[in-house]
Amino acid sequence: MSVHAGQHHAPPTSFIRKHVFSLDHKVIGKQYYALALVAAFIGMFLSWLMRIHLAWNNAAIPGLQLLSKTGAPGGVMTPEYYLQLMTMHGTIMVFFVLTTAPFAAFGNYFLPIQVGAEDMPFPRFNMMSFWVTFTAFLVLMSSFFLGDGPTLGGWTQYAPLNAVGSVAGPGQGLGVVLWMASIALFCVGQLLGSLNFITTTLDLRVKGLSLMRLPLSAWAWFITSCMGLTAFAVLMPACILAILDHVAGTSFFVASNLVINDQIQPHSGGSTLLWQHLFWFFGHPEVYIAIVPGMGIVSHVLLANMRKQMLSQRTLIYSMGALALLSYMVYGHHMFVSGMNPYSSLAFSFPTLVITIPSTIVVLIWTFSLYGSRLRINSASLFALGFISMFVSGGVSGFFLAQPSIDIMLHATYFVVGHFHLVMGVAAMFGIFAGTYFWFPKMTGRMMNETLGKAHFWLSFVGAYCIFMPFHYLGMAGNVRRYASFVDDYLQPLIPVHRFITVAALCTGAAQLIFLYNLIHSRFRGEAAADNPWEATSLEWSTATPPPFDNFGGKHPVVYHDPYQYGVQSSVGDYVMQASPEQVKSDNEEK
Amino acid sequence: MATTVHEPPQIDSRRLAGERHSGNGAGGGIVPDGDLRVAVEYSPPPSSTAIWVVLFAITMMFAAFTSALVVRKGSSLDWQTFTLPSVLYFNTLVLVISSVTLELARRRIASFMVVLRSQGESPARWLYVTLFLGVLFVAGQYVAWSQLRAEGLYLATNPSSSFFYLLTVTHALHVLCGLGGLIYVIRKLSKSVLRRNQLDAAARYWHFMGILWLYLLLLLRMKL
Repeated sequence: MSVHAGQHHAPPTSFIRKHVFSLDHKVIGKQYYALALVAAFIGMFLSWLMRIHLAWNNAAIPGLQLLSKTGAPGGVMTPEYYLQLMTMHGTIMVFFVLTTAPFAAFGNYFLPIQVGAEDMPFPRFNMMSFWVTFTAFLVLMSSFFLGDGPTLGGWTQYAPLNAVGSVAGPGQGLGVVLWMASIALFCVGQLLGSLNFITTTLDLRVKGLSLMRLPLSAWAWFITSCMGLTAFAVLMPACILAILDHVAGTSFFVASNLVINDQIQPHSGGSTLLWQHLFWFFGHPEVYIAIVPGMGIVSHVLLANMRKQMLSQRTLIYSMGALALLSYMVYGHHMFVSGMNPYSSLAFSFPTLVITIPSTIVVLIWTFSLYGSRLRINSASLFALGFISMFVSGGVSGFFLAQPSIDIMLHATYFVVGHFHLVMGVAAMFGIFAGTYFWFPKMTGRMMNETLGKAHFWLSFVGAYCIFMPFHYLGMAGNVRRYASFVDDYLQPLIPVHRFITVAALCTGAAQLIFLYNLIHSRFRGEAAADNPWEATSLEWSTATPPPFDNFGGKHPVVYHDPYQYGVQSSVGDYVMQASPEQVKSDNEEK
Repeated sequence: MATTVHEPPQIDSRRLAGERHSGNGAGGGIVPDGDLRVAVEYSPPPSSTAIWVVLFAITMMFAAFTSALVVRKGSSLDWQTFTLPSVLYFNTLVLVISSVTLELARRRIASFMVVLRSQGESPARWLYVTLFLGVLFVAGQYVAWSQLRAEGLYLATNPSSSFFYLLTVTHALHVLCGLGGLIYVIRKLSKSVLRRNQLDAAARYWHFMGILWLYLLLLLRMKL
């Protein structure tokens, strides 16, 4: 048996141990989800402010001065404050939403159940993982209210402006230190999480559950945790170096004789490119840390709704693994215009084009598996289809950006913004939504409202395209990114496009309130859910809804089948569950 | 002194062989996995896997510092070399000996667990020696930092001194975690609830600290 003493812990009795400092992976998963939900709405709200400012440059936003008197006097955003909001939007979304929700939230809740374990092997580390992440979020948010506001350096925090202090602008003093401390803490949280995910997958599988019998979602979380282990272990030292440059007077990232705001900086000989190397060694895998869990979730959801097996589950797993490996070889494509050796650009361009191969394989497997299936249309499957659509649309523009000669033209434009928002942002969000609509019944014991769910999907799907497809057009028209306003003559004809995008962003954001209402209302008033409402096969559907404290009510399930035995004839229908000892024949055999 | 022993279960080679053939059962006919086969009977204790995961993360962290050192040294002409404090070599010897004493402790405890001999000798004795040597190493590192400070070499004096302090302090912090692990093992042993895999995990971590230090010393000698 692969059940170890280390994972056992008694059910909590006090409120604090039950709901706050809980050791239960399910509670920790929900805590991560709640954190991501709050962060997502804050991030979205910041994007609203930015979009309004970009479309109507001098318009006063009522009440904005309450957030920052100096950043928005009379409600009109200063250019610096625009950059500060942009930085916080990017940081919150990338770290505290796209990493937290699909990986830490769903992974925490469902990975142990999908492998048949009672909990993760190190529950205290797991609890620490959440609370360290939560502290990281508080530290980041505190920068809104301390000093002269949050940093304005963007989510990439490029050197040397991340290391020279407040001379570089508002928020570049304390704001940067808080940003670096927050991200270093976040790294610690994710490393602790990865430790638990890897050991859970390798060591806590129940009888019969070989690695190849793991559901695709579990594979995705496992691959992501391996990526996280490598990436966050590099970002953390980079943040430490930046903090030392900032507070201890070292010169890791700041070059000599640097003059900023007419002041010569007291640093010497540092390498600004060094930060970029360290950051992007983390930064590109981070893109896959955000998207690979979505791939696993989408595959898991589609399979339950297609009612047939995937074209090749093994190839899909290998492709996700290849994406993880290649993600470490492509990071230099973020630095094509940084002044690094042109031969390096070539070396990074080739794997960047190669990485499209496993991505394409994954999409083709989904597409051909869907072909001929009688897909059950529900909110979860719609968002899974939406994920594929966004991933393909955003991925195609990646072909252009992978080539250094084209990238030089498009690098700092809205083309890139459109690309990564579709392929990483919206696609990953759709993965989160698919997972939410699919697993909500198991997590809460209640169903979500399908009508509201479908309305949420169509408004989000159309809205996301209305926002981000025009970004590509703007980029090709030469609209630079990170500008707080577009006052140049050549940009004036593009202002109506910006206004269209802003209206679309406001409407799409409002559509997310439908989701929020559905989530909260269904949690308390939703229709009661059965143990297996989707007639799905993996282990989480073998247990009660919601699962008991020890997940399987004192039993240890035994796995007899591959994870997705759909399209077969069994005593319960066209599927057989992993934990069912029933021997079945496939439809093909019958025919 | 009675010590609870939790040996890992024996691996059933027939079952493991069966596991290798399991997997996605695509294709027609009887569903290949419908043969009621039970594949996984054995897996290692999570702490055995976990310690490798931890060591990998630490390796990545020091790889990042190393690449930063190489890039930083090559990026400018302001790099000044300095002679490493000689106490570092004494510290190295102490850390190497501590690995030997830990191995001695591990073997004694292992045989103690199996045979349950009562020779009147505490199996934790060599653990205490290791603990002492570990503390001596950290104290020795502190002496090295003090010597450099006396010479006027501080964290921000030069990039070479920055990296010296950065690498040695980060390593020392990890050694302190290792000392915490040793104390944990000693406490478990004294309560007779120590498990073999916990001892092995703590030992692997400690030996890794020694290997890491040898690497760092070589790096510092070559680059500073």
